[in-house]
Formats: sequence, C-alpha cells, structure tokens
Amino acid sequence: MKARVHVMLKNGVLDPQGEAVRHALGAIGFDGVNGVRQGKVIELDLAEGSTEADVNAMCEKLLANTVIESYTVEMS
Amino acid sequence: MRAAVVVFPGSNCDRDLAVAFEAAGCQVDMVWHKDSDLPQGVDIVGVPGGFSYGDYLRCGAIAAQSPIVKSVKAHAERGGYVLGICNGFQVLTETGLLPGALLRNAGLKYICKTVGLRVETSQSAYTEGYNAGDVIDIPIAHHDGNYFADADTLARLQGEDRVAFTYTDNPNGAQADIAGILSENRRVLGMMPHPERAADAGHGGTDGQALFRALAGALTTA
Repeated sequence: MKARVHVMLKNGVLDPQGEAVRHALGAIGFDGVNGVRQGKVIELDLAEGSTEADVNAMCEKLLANTVIESYTVEMS
Repeated sequence: MRAAVVVFPGSNCDRDLAVAFEAAGCQVDMVWHKDSDLPQGVDIVGVPGGFSYGDYLRCGAIAAQSPIVKSVKAHAERGGYVLGICNGFQVLTETGLLPGALLRNAGLKYICKTVGLRVETSQSAYTEGYNAGDVIDIPIAHHDGNYFADADTLARLQGEDRVAFTYTDNPNGAQADIAGILSENRRVLGMMPHPERAADAGHGGTDGQALFRALAGALTTA
C-alpha cells in the first residue's frame, strides 16, 4: 500500500520561494497569478497493514516540522 | 572544562568549533553521529555548522533523529550546556530543545559575510563576557537563517530575556531581528552567526572569543 504526504508551509509563514516563482510567472507573461505557495510531496511505499495513524506519526516526528508546516495524508 | 563536538556527515565547522573551545582552555572530544553516548563528564556539547545529511528533508531534520542527538537531548534535559551554531541551531530547533524554526532567507540567497550583532543579554554563561547593548562583528554563512516563531513564542522569548543576539541590520528576514536564543534554563544557546570564525586574530576578528572564554570561565568554576 502507498501513502502520499503533502507538506506545506502554514498560512502566515512567509514562503519566499513561492514568491520568487510568482514573480517569475509574471515575468514570462502569466498575468493574474495572485499567489504561489510551494510545498513538497512525499510518497511512501508501506508494508501491508500500515495505517493512516502510522503515517500521521511519521509526519509529526519527522516528515513535517509542525512549527512551520502543515501536512495532509492520502492513503491508497 | 570538557567539551564534546558532534560530527555529522556534512558538518564543516566541527574542527573550527573544537579549536575555539581548545583555545579557551577546554579539553575537546569529537563525537560521531552514530555514537550513542557522550563521553563521561562532558560539560558542554557543541553542535557545529555545516550541512548535516545534505540538508535533506529540512535543515537539521535528519540530524535531530540521529543516535548522538538523543544523548545530547538527554544531556540538556539533565541541565547540561549545549551550543548550537548555524546548522547546529537548526538541529536544536528540530529537536525541540529550542523553540521556533529556521526558514529560507527572505532574499533567497545564501549569505556569507560579517554582520553586526547586538548582545541583548549578558545573563548567560555564553554572553556574560559582553555587556548588554554591545555590538560585535561575527560572520554569518547560511541559506536558512530566517528565524520564525509564532507571536506567543516570540513574546515569551523577549519577556524572559532569552534573545541572546539580534542583527543590527537584519540580513535574512528573521523575526524581531533574532540571531540567537537561549533555552528556558539559559544553558542551551542556538545562534546562526559563527563566533568560532571570529575567535583568532588570523580570522580577521576576535569578537567571538569572549563567548568561549566566558563559557570556559563559567563552567570551570561551576
């Protein structure tokens, strides 16, 4: 089974990389982009029987820094 | 005084930090990230700058889970001293020994230059060799030094006199110009600038020397 973890900077935490991407989009002619937030996606290949609770624990302990980041987990 | 300096794969300021401790009169042991125990009788642990584990995932995140850092955490929880510089500061925030986190520099650039630091408190073993308000010149060299903490945490740090150093001219977007902070018991210091790179006349500046000397003095008489 697999899990996909999305990690994003929390709202209110400045994302200078997203901001740079927004500027670059404007510079190459894509008008109307009001904001860009950049995050990461982590795909986990898990042993059968792993639970969403296991993945949440992984996020809390290592995959995300919950001081600055939020995460969502999709199991499939 | 006995110091231990942690070496991770990717550390690059470990030897500089050891030299600075030695110059202040410490006996220094280097400890490898896979070691599970600190040497007996260590007074202070130095967590050096560099790019531990290639900064994979987040700066300091993997290092914070390494076997030696479990012992460093236990040492701090027993009331031991820990000094984290640059990547070491990032590691200490990732372990939770210090609050907040270090984000990418607001200007997105890696910055390597000497900056002015204001000593905000002399009430710690690290800063008692300075006077509060002193401005010292210390090099920075980082890409992720933009200190972030929520409003409550910032208010607590300021209210408890735990901001050790601020930038006189904020280079990286850090909240409240914060360059270094102390733990609640004032025995853990994390800072982005590199005092070990301003600890010898050959470095072109010696403003960092007082930090190591004060520490050695405090821990030797303790």
